[in-house]
Amino acid sequence: MSEGTLVAGQLFNGISVASILLLAALGLALSFGLMRVINMAHGEMLMAGGYLAYVATQIFGKGAAGFFIGLVIAFIGTAAFGALLEVTLIRRLYGRPLDTLLATWGVSLILQQAARSIFGPVGVEVTAPAWLSGSLSLGGTALTGISVPAVRIFIIVLAALVLGGMALLFARTRLGLLVRAVHQNRAIAEALGANTRMVDLAVFSLGTGIAGLAGAALALIAPVTPTVGTSYIVYAFLVVIVGGLGSLTGTLFAALLVGIFSAVAQIFTSVSVADVLLLLSVIVFLQFRPRGIVFQRSRALEET
Amino acid sequence: MIIRRVVSQRIYGGVAAAALLFSACPLSSGAAEGTVKVGVLHSLTGTMAISEVTVKNATLLAIDQINASGGVLGKKIEPVVEDGASDPSMFAQKAQKLIQQDGVVTVFGGWTSASRKAMLPVFERFKGLLWYPVQFEGNECSPDIMYSGAQPNQQILPALQWAEQKGYKSIFLLGSDYVFPRTANLILKKHIENDKLTVAGEEYVPLGGTDFSAVINKIKVAKPSIIFSTLNGDSNVSFFKQMAAAQLPSSKLPVMSFSIAEQEAKSIGPSLLEGSYAAWNYFQSIDTPQNKKFVAAYQAKYPGSPVDDPMAHGYVDVYAWAAAVKKAGTFDIEKVRKAASTLGYTNVGMGETKFAPNQSLIQTAYVGELLPSGQFKILWTSKGPVVPVPYDPLSFPGKTCVL
Repeated sequence: MSEGTLVAGQLFNGISVASILLLAALGLALSFGLMRVINMAHGEMLMAGGYLAYVATQIFGKGAAGFFIGLVIAFIGTAAFGALLEVTLIRRLYGRPLDTLLATWGVSLILQQAARSIFGPVGVEVTAPAWLSGSLSLGGTALTGISVPAVRIFIIVLAALVLGGMALLFARTRLGLLVRAVHQNRAIAEALGANTRMVDLAVFSLGTGIAGLAGAALALIAPVTPTVGTSYIVYAFLVVIVGGLGSLTGTLFAALLVGIFSAVAQIFTSVSVADVLLLLSVIVFLQFRPRGIVFQRSRALEET
Repeated sequence: MIIRRVVSQRIYGGVAAAALLFSACPLSSGAAEGTVKVGVLHSLTGTMAISEVTVKNATLLAIDQINASGGVLGKKIEPVVEDGASDPSMFAQKAQKLIQQDGVVTVFGGWTSASRKAMLPVFERFKGLLWYPVQFEGNECSPDIMYSGAQPNQQILPALQWAEQKGYKSIFLLGSDYVFPRTANLILKKHIENDKLTVAGEEYVPLGGTDFSAVINKIKVAKPSIIFSTLNGDSNVSFFKQMAAAQLPSSKLPVMSFSIAEQEAKSIGPSLLEGSYAAWNYFQSIDTPQNKKFVAAYQAKYPGSPVDDPMAHGYVDVYAWAAAVKKAGTFDIEKVRKAASTLGYTNVGMGETKFAPNQSLIQTAYVGELLPSGQFKILWTSKGPVVPVPYDPLSFPGKTCVL
């Protein structure tokens, strides 16, 4: 591997990291943009998804079937938990962003300790099916020498599918129409008969489900630990803020920007310094575009 | 008003209860009739609990054994176990409690360097003696601590010596980003340079970091012949997993780890680590009658649990303290401390050891290869016990440990 392929390899890594960030941030972008809820427990949805996938592979075997059942269970399980959280806690705190922040932080601590009590402080791992554990080498081209782990390609494909699915959902379905309506003007949408409570519930639950899916995917490359969520939540928020609240396109571009920026920065410097550079450039970026890459006009955002 | 009365009654009640408590247990020091109190201070909760509980168990095992054979100076040892809760400030608090409130004659405990650094001023101020069982970065020398864990020249440098003998010439240094890996690699770099070998690269990942894609790319570019890893905890799982996914298993590019012992191998899963190397001062597989006795005694109490280096050190510490007390003929801290570094060699499992005048342990260094069973096959043994050097002369010239 030469210096040139290092750059190419890092670009790929950047996209791979971006796809995980995208999955982690989509749910946040939705609930933050639509409901002004700062969900600090979002990272723990990631963690829960990872543990659900782990439990599924323990029950259904470590082959492809077990793993795909794990993905589905991770999505459904965390979506159901998200719905429960919305109904019991978040619904009661609408319009009080600071209170939701505190309350969901509490939920996050409870979930972390619960995971520690159930699964222990040491990470558990989800083994990828055999056909995902290899790597593809791009021989015979300009990129000779790069070998790309198959798991990472899988995660990129998964993120693309989820993003495409969300775009279709919002553009083509009745639920999508309602979500856009509520996003543009909650009061008018309500006056015209949209059941905003149901829309909020659906969006929040969908968002946590996607986080769970992200956790299950992440479990393929890193162990699932009680604190895995905390190491991603900060970057997820970063992506949401840089992307612009409540915009799918913005979230996509921000995830790519953050992922590739830190991967390329790591060519020249260490992981820790790359993090510092990333945070500094986000601060500078927000000086010029305080509302993020894609700014959508929305009453919901302007009022508060 | 009613509320206030209830509260004040509670307060009076509490004071009365406290007074009762005080009168019930006389405020004598540890030397109550027939027993002597020692402190055992480890994290029993929090992230470090998984490692520290096993050291606490080994420490208590030694105390039980000594009590079974008659105790020390005719007194039974009574351990006071406290929880440091994986929090350095809690360690400091509990150390003070042990010394002042419980009146213990010595304390066994600590794991992270942060917890040791937090306890150090407490032991200095209140005149206590701490027995510290874990390998560390050296660069510290206090009369109030007995350092039985390896100094850098007893673990890291022997590993380098082994690598040199095996013909590995280009070394990649990888670690978690905190004091131990940074200091260990600083020392390693000086010695690698001095021995005319090359440092292929040096990378740090934040503690608990899980993404090694960039590091692995850099390793591929640097093409080292071996990796020296001071990664800690779960980062190891991600690292070995991602190395395997990048077609770089240990068989192709060997990894020497300084933080993976039998306990870690068991929790990470030996299949992921198979064929990687580790350097320690003790392996469960050491084939001596003394070690077999130690392992059998531990596993009789905790069936199925592996035994590793920090546990062996926790066990040795209690025996060394008991021997020092016998030699001094008193529990007096100053006299025990002086006696401890004048004892002869003993072997209670980990091989011939004794404390040097600088209060660190003279001990043998081993390099082992991890087998699928989770045990290490010992590949290399240092020529006899290695004398501890707290300040590496190449890296910190002019600094010495005088007590």
